[in-house]
Amino acid sequence: MTAPAIELVGISKAFGPVQANKDISIRVMPGTIHGIIGENGAGKSTLMSILYGFYKADAGDIFINGNKTLIPDSQAAISAGIGMVFQHFKLVENFTVLENVVLGAEDGALLRPSLAKARTQLKQLATEYELNVDPDALIEDIGVGMQQRVEILKALYRQADILILDEPTGVLTPAEADQLFRILGRLKAEGKTIILITHKLREIMEITDTVSVMRRGEMTATVKTAETSPPELAELMVGRKVLLRVDKKPIEPGDVVLVVKDLNVTDAKGVHRLKGVSFAVRAGEIFGIAGVAGNGQSELLEVLGGYEKATGTVTLNGQEIDLTGAKSNGQTRRARGIAHVPEDRQREGLIMDFTAWENVAFGYHNDPKYQKNALLMDNDALRADAEGKMQRFDVRPPDPKLQAKSFSGGNQQKIVLAREIERNPDLLLIGQPTRGVDIGAIEFIHQQIVALRDQGKAILLVSVELDEILSLSDRIAVMFDGKIMGERLPGETDVKELGLLMAGITDTDRPHAVAEVEAKLAFAGGDASKEV
Amino acid sequence: MMDLLTILQILDSSVRSATPLLLACLAGLFSERAGIFDIGLEGKMLAAAFLSAAIAAVTGNVWIGLFAGIGASLALSAIHGLASITFRGNQLISGVAINFLAAGLTVVVAQSWFGQGGRTPQLSGGARFNPITLPFAENLREVPVIGPIYYELISGHTILVYLAMLAVPLTWWILYRTRFGLRLRAVGENPAAVDTAGVSVVGLRFAAVGICGILCGIAGAQLATAEPAAGFVKDMTAGRGYIALAALIFAKWRPWYALYSCLLFGFLQAIALRPDLIEKAIGVRVQVQFLDALPYILTVIILAGFVGKAIPPRAGGEPYVKER
Amino acid sequence: MEKMPKWADILLVPLISLILAAFFSAIVILAIGESPVAALKIMVSGALGSTYAWGYTLYYATNFIFTGLAVAIAFHARMFNIGGEGQAMLGGLGVALVCLYIPWPHWSLALIGAVAGAALFGAAWAAIPAFLQAKRGSHIVITTIMFNFIAAALLNYLLIGVLKPAGSMEPATTKFPAAVHLPTLHDILGLVGIPFSRAAPANVAFLVAIAACIAVWALIWRTRLGYQIRAFGHSEPAAKYAGINPTKIIMIAMMISGALAGMMAVNNVMGEAERLVLNAVEGAGFIGIAVALMGRSHPLGVFLAAILFGFLYQGGAELGLATKIPRELIVVIQALVILFTGALDNMVRAPVERVFMAMRRPPKPETKLKAAE
Repeated sequence: MTAPAIELVGISKAFGPVQANKDISIRVMPGTIHGIIGENGAGKSTLMSILYGFYKADAGDIFINGNKTLIPDSQAAISAGIGMVFQHFKLVENFTVLENVVLGAEDGALLRPSLAKARTQLKQLATEYELNVDPDALIEDIGVGMQQRVEILKALYRQADILILDEPTGVLTPAEADQLFRILGRLKAEGKTIILITHKLREIMEITDTVSVMRRGEMTATVKTAETSPPELAELMVGRKVLLRVDKKPIEPGDVVLVVKDLNVTDAKGVHRLKGVSFAVRAGEIFGIAGVAGNGQSELLEVLGGYEKATGTVTLNGQEIDLTGAKSNGQTRRARGIAHVPEDRQREGLIMDFTAWENVAFGYHNDPKYQKNALLMDNDALRADAEGKMQRFDVRPPDPKLQAKSFSGGNQQKIVLAREIERNPDLLLIGQPTRGVDIGAIEFIHQQIVALRDQGKAILLVSVELDEILSLSDRIAVMFDGKIMGERLPGETDVKELGLLMAGITDTDRPHAVAEVEAKLAFAGGDASKEV
Repeated sequence: MMDLLTILQILDSSVRSATPLLLACLAGLFSERAGIFDIGLEGKMLAAAFLSAAIAAVTGNVWIGLFAGIGASLALSAIHGLASITFRGNQLISGVAINFLAAGLTVVVAQSWFGQGGRTPQLSGGARFNPITLPFAENLREVPVIGPIYYELISGHTILVYLAMLAVPLTWWILYRTRFGLRLRAVGENPAAVDTAGVSVVGLRFAAVGICGILCGIAGAQLATAEPAAGFVKDMTAGRGYIALAALIFAKWRPWYALYSCLLFGFLQAIALRPDLIEKAIGVRVQVQFLDALPYILTVIILAGFVGKAIPPRAGGEPYVKER
Repeated sequence: MEKMPKWADILLVPLISLILAAFFSAIVILAIGESPVAALKIMVSGALGSTYAWGYTLYYATNFIFTGLAVAIAFHARMFNIGGEGQAMLGGLGVALVCLYIPWPHWSLALIGAVAGAALFGAAWAAIPAFLQAKRGSHIVITTIMFNFIAAALLNYLLIGVLKPAGSMEPATTKFPAAVHLPTLHDILGLVGIPFSRAAPANVAFLVAIAACIAVWALIWRTRLGYQIRAFGHSEPAAKYAGINPTKIIMIAMMISGALAGMMAVNNVMGEAERLVLNAVEGAGFIGIAVALMGRSHPLGVFLAAILFGFLYQGGAELGLATKIPRELIVVIQALVILFTGALDNMVRAPVERVFMAMRRPPKPETKLKAAE
């Protein structure tokens, strides 16, 4: 009997009071693709970082090909034949592809022979695995899909037999993801062992041979992929039956609230981020924008939120909004009745070192009701206001004196939501409402968004989670490369069609690409593959 | 118009003034290319200047003095490394502390050892670096143009000046042609890439900070043991560490440009001592204070991006913490 | 999640840092063959032993309160202002111009004028680096260092040029008119019958400094501007999201910082020297960095740290007179304080945090949260 390529026995790891991994054991047979699935914060990445020597486990053993192996650092992991592609690539931006591949795996003290050797090796790998990359291109000049290839090449160049990929499709279009999966299939055929970390059930079902499910730092099950189903995995992930649908009354749209016409944004580097975006949102409607991250959704929210300059016209309730002047900022937007729950609450939506009560005023700090007089703020009024908001939005613990960073992701998001929704805005901008939020809070947050819509408010929802878009939206637009590729009604579209749009394949060039892409997406059809 | 000899004398003193700047600038280059900002160049030079002069005075051997100076500078580098690499402290604050530590300790110790009001005795003979006359300098002296250039400008410097000039191509070669250089540049741009490639970030950064210490040590020794009046006096670096930093930014963290910018700043220092010559050359009396301030004004203009943008190494100033 | 109680953060950690700094200073004193205990005695008697000594200690402390507040308020906007030295020099120029060229009828009016002049010049000198940081991304640390040197050259130029009275050899302005003479602590305390040394330089500027502490406290923690400065300091992307203008905050915070540094001149130029001399600031701008770090950027902390440094400065001067220990020893102490409270903060903090975490393990999480307040 062959020994497992990887065997982890009783791995535990704590970060301060947080137990990230609890007594985890896992076996991965050589030449297989093993999926590890779990919610955000379930401990998947921590486990793999331990295997790669990035963190040290508090307890437990690692066996590689049946031999007990100590992996105190990444060097040891590399020597043991392990390669890892991190979620956030670990590349030197202003180095060439070749230099990045060679870095840390040089043959001698001098650079030239190493680079020459790597150049020939890369050529070989390129033909062997369909991994074509220009070795002399700078990393900052190539796209994320290419950068990911460089990461894979780095591992292969170091003769990795075991390849770990952490959420590799997060930044890819469905088509790019398919290409990645083809490469992984090739690697498997060559006898490599692959571990795929993801929170997307669809990917697990498509490509893995076996799958392990993690929940709150524990391994809840390991099963053969062929013998399980998405609903079963979803239940294992969250520990109970999951509602994949949000209860929603039929839409009763009112007047048009937001009209966006021909919006264009060029960033500081001269990159054209928004290319003539136009759409409208009505009162009592959730307008969802789907798309792979980085296709202009963030810039759209920033423009509407008042902290990115743009050309084009935006009207709110029939009145034009200034997009370029000195007065175009978050303050004036709020005054016009636009509330904004930003995509990244820890970076933008909250000041993590401020208390909850200070955060409740954030963005609304000029509101007269928070002022004691012309000079001073009324901190007592702020605290009282925060206390009420935290109770109504079920923030736990409901203590306004705690710093924002001491709350969980879900409770932080509830603080932001309470602040923005209770302003009773005409338009709510909301980005990635449930990113990094636990299941319980997701349901609560979705209910709040729907409740606001039922009150007749206009809501612009941006999310990279297609299922969130499909279940919440009354109308869906897909963004790709700074453009809106098309609008659909949720009842009249599906993941397959939206996936095509997300890949930049518009209705017009459908005839050319449709056969190929549809074949690739064939697995994705049907409600069974809805992610959580 | 000025005669050739005057010009050569000015250039000669420019080269001499540029030497400690260049060594300190290259020191900063190694450190900052590895992602460790160092505003403590000044302090390291000062400590090295004192200890090299003090030990040279006591032993009568300038080479022992040089190594002592390098040791002093390395000790401060170790503190900087400890603060900014091991304990992930603020690199700027650490640099400020090191500058004051050197400013205070050199005087306190000098007073205690020599009792001359924070000075060391004047150095002479074997206790100082003396100018080296290059081969044939005397013979070629009378050859028109080339002779005086060779004799006045190229020949007649101390060994440390030639060492500093050699350090430029050497730095370039290390940075762009060796494994160490590749890793060093990488760790200043994205330490996580180096870490996940199985190379120690801490080790690389300490190595860089160490090289920085050695070069600052030589720079300090040049100031105290190789200038015409050799010996340490209180605060003798007089902001040269900061000018070196300015030169580094001016050079956009590249070795050859470091040489050019240090020569420029050295030239500014040299002509600041001869305002009469400037008046003769351009016909306008220029205030000495303006010339003193010129390197700093230039740096501000460069920083403001009016003469091309200076982009520092991307991971510069940030302690490396593994991401979860 | 707070790792230790607040009191430990604001008192225990700085105290341990201070003890470490004192310990290494003692080693330096021992190494040069002197007795640390004797040195401490001289410092205590020289800095606190008489009203004369207190008068000097408080005089120095006044300087450090201003420069410490200057660094502290910039820290709140996450700006490291190393330019306090240059800003204080320019503040001195402002005070000198106000005192020399405006015929003041009474010192109280002159004080207001001098505060305004000092603040204006200091703020202006900070405004250029601030503008370059906000608009061109030039690193504020480097530009403020450069501006220190440029300020020194500028004052050098003025004091041996236009500001020097004809016939004088000394690079200094003429003496200010008697009308702008500020009351000393001797004069003020005399009003309520407390005897205080006549010779010591501590003056009414000390009260201005205390007022500045209170004003800065209110500004940072009670006003909208302070709220915005702190928000910006913690997170620039968040500030943009909230509609807080980064350029405006950088400019305002740095100009307040520069104004505070400049206001130091009311003490040293107007209150003590009564004329502008070369190098009037004597490094007080840099000591402000140590004071702000030690005081955790809180005005009360700054006040206490400034008194401590006033003590060190005056005590160090006495040491220089009474022993063979040069007064530069205080520069060493200052360096060690910056090192331990600033750069090596994590070294001191981590073990303390571990102790508190270990002590806290047994109780329930609720008590942990309570203790964190």
